[in-house]
Amino acid sequence: MRKKWHRFKNSYFLYSFKRDWIAVASFVVFITLVFVSLASPVLAPYDPYDSSSIDVMDAEIPPSWMEGGEERFLFGTDIQGRDLLSTMFYGMRLSVFIGCGAVLLQAFIGILIGMISGYLGGKVDAFLMRIADVQLSFSTMMVAIIISAIFQVAFGVGRYEELAAPLLIIIIGLAEWPQYARTVRASVLGEKSKEYVEAARVIGLSPRRIRWRHILPNALSPVLVISTIQVANAVMSEAALSFLGLGMPITKPSLGSLINAGFEYIFSGSWWITLFPGILLVIFVLVVNLLGDWLRDVMNPKLYKG
Amino acid sequence: MQHLLDVKDLEVTFALRTGSLIAIHGVNFTVDKGERVGLVGESGAGKSVTGFAIINLISKPGYISNGSVLFNGRDLASLSDEEMRHIRGNRISMIFQDPMMTLNPVLTIGTQMIETLQAHLKISKTDAADIALEKLHKVHIPSPEKRLRQYPHEFSGGMRQRIVVAIALLVDPSLIIADEPTTALDVTIQAEIMDLLRELCESEDTGLILITHDLGVVAQITEKVVVMYSGNIVEMGTTTEIIENPRHPYTKGLIQAIPDKRNPGERLNQIPGVMPTLMDIPPGCSFHPRCTIKGEICTREIPKLKEIDSTGKIVACHMVSAEGEVQ
Repeated sequence: MRKKWHRFKNSYFLYSFKRDWIAVASFVVFITLVFVSLASPVLAPYDPYDSSSIDVMDAEIPPSWMEGGEERFLFGTDIQGRDLLSTMFYGMRLSVFIGCGAVLLQAFIGILIGMISGYLGGKVDAFLMRIADVQLSFSTMMVAIIISAIFQVAFGVGRYEELAAPLLIIIIGLAEWPQYARTVRASVLGEKSKEYVEAARVIGLSPRRIRWRHILPNALSPVLVISTIQVANAVMSEAALSFLGLGMPITKPSLGSLINAGFEYIFSGSWWITLFPGILLVIFVLVVNLLGDWLRDVMNPKLYKG
Repeated sequence: MQHLLDVKDLEVTFALRTGSLIAIHGVNFTVDKGERVGLVGESGAGKSVTGFAIINLISKPGYISNGSVLFNGRDLASLSDEEMRHIRGNRISMIFQDPMMTLNPVLTIGTQMIETLQAHLKISKTDAADIALEKLHKVHIPSPEKRLRQYPHEFSGGMRQRIVVAIALLVDPSLIIADEPTTALDVTIQAEIMDLLRELCESEDTGLILITHDLGVVAQITEKVVVMYSGNIVEMGTTTEIIENPRHPYTKGLIQAIPDKRNPGERLNQIPGVMPTLMDIPPGCSFHPRCTIKGEICTREIPKLKEIDSTGKIVACHMVSAEGEVQ
């Protein structure tokens, strides 16, 4: 364990990380946001899911530094009288959870299909990749909307709202797997003609073992890189779906549904309900993307801008 | 006596869009238990394809179109993929040219060795690790216990090739096919690896097919030489016979092309021209455009392998006979 830590301390990975202040800053912000969202039940001053603690009379109180603001609600309250800061914490927790879950699902489907497609080649490859092409020729948002509309009909709106978080994971996962499948396929194609694969075949290993134990780990580094960007994308997709009213219900708001809820009141002066969750969302997506950019530079020295 | 490996009329065809190309035209040779055979020729002569054909692993669009490869009497060309997998790496191992490429960069040496053992034998991880250690000892890797946990990039080229040799030896195969095992290594390490291969083959009584273009290496460790030119065997015999008394003009050319330390500074001999591509093999003897002793018959008729003297050497050339060169 200590040896591993030592190795990590001396790695190029850490070295290039420390030299890049944007990456360091993004990482600090990212970790803070993730920590805050995971610890939201402890950190948040109120529990937005507990309807008994909410008083409708507190609705639309502006942020505390403004006229009419109250000490106990730092960023003001939303239209139902919930403390906006607490709701944002809980909302971000949901967004991060859905984003990561969706990326895991995408990665699972994408790696499976990309590997089969790249390794077997021929007709299987052509068939799977055409499916991916067809899906990519729709916008992912459209696919997500169609799937979520189908789910809403299938489960009924009430049930859909209960199951919204896992369903959103499935929806976003199904909508964006082709990105993964293509990346994995491309790098599997590159790896499978290398000599160590030939050597593994000569040794007499089974094709399954060659695929998953030998080719996959070698093909994974581009997958790691797109994963970060996909997390940001998934969080945005979730926000967009919620904004369109197809995502999280307002009783369990994610950042997207908060923005949506506040949007209706923006012209009546309650701009804070939309603005603060919006800023939080932008910051989160931005740092994840910056980290992804840095990771791509490290993983692919060819792109390194010396 | 049954041969360990008996290649009979082996023909390999590549089915291309433009038509099929025959890469190997009916090759015959045998390897006995513990025998070391050199397969020699220029690039493109079909040496490696022959090697891959033996373990039935020619990459598409190539396939064995005729003939058989009898290994202990069983025809490898007719086995199913599943059965063939039990032969590969188990009864027949292969060593490749570039040790930088043949080890998987993301798995430790130990993992790769244990995995090989477990693919062929029903043994536990610890037993497999013991065998791996023993083999690493055999190829003279210092402190193998530590080395097992390391990744390929932590080894030098010569060390890696020794590990590749150790992997090839893991399951005690009865035949090793070494495809230019030292081409990517520097000269001092070449000799070291060759000595190692020879020593191991001798002590385990393992057959060896050494595919190379380096006649010096062949002279060093093999007992029999097969010279190939554009998919045909042009000369075959014992190593001493071939090196000291080559008969086919191509073999002669190859031997004259070896640098000689007796005349330093002298220009090396070279065989004029290049090997024909498979697309346009000249009619008759495929070597005739480059041949120094060709006659009229060479442009018409494909020469057959014939025995020309009592040493058992066989040559495919119209112009050589027992008495001498041109008839």
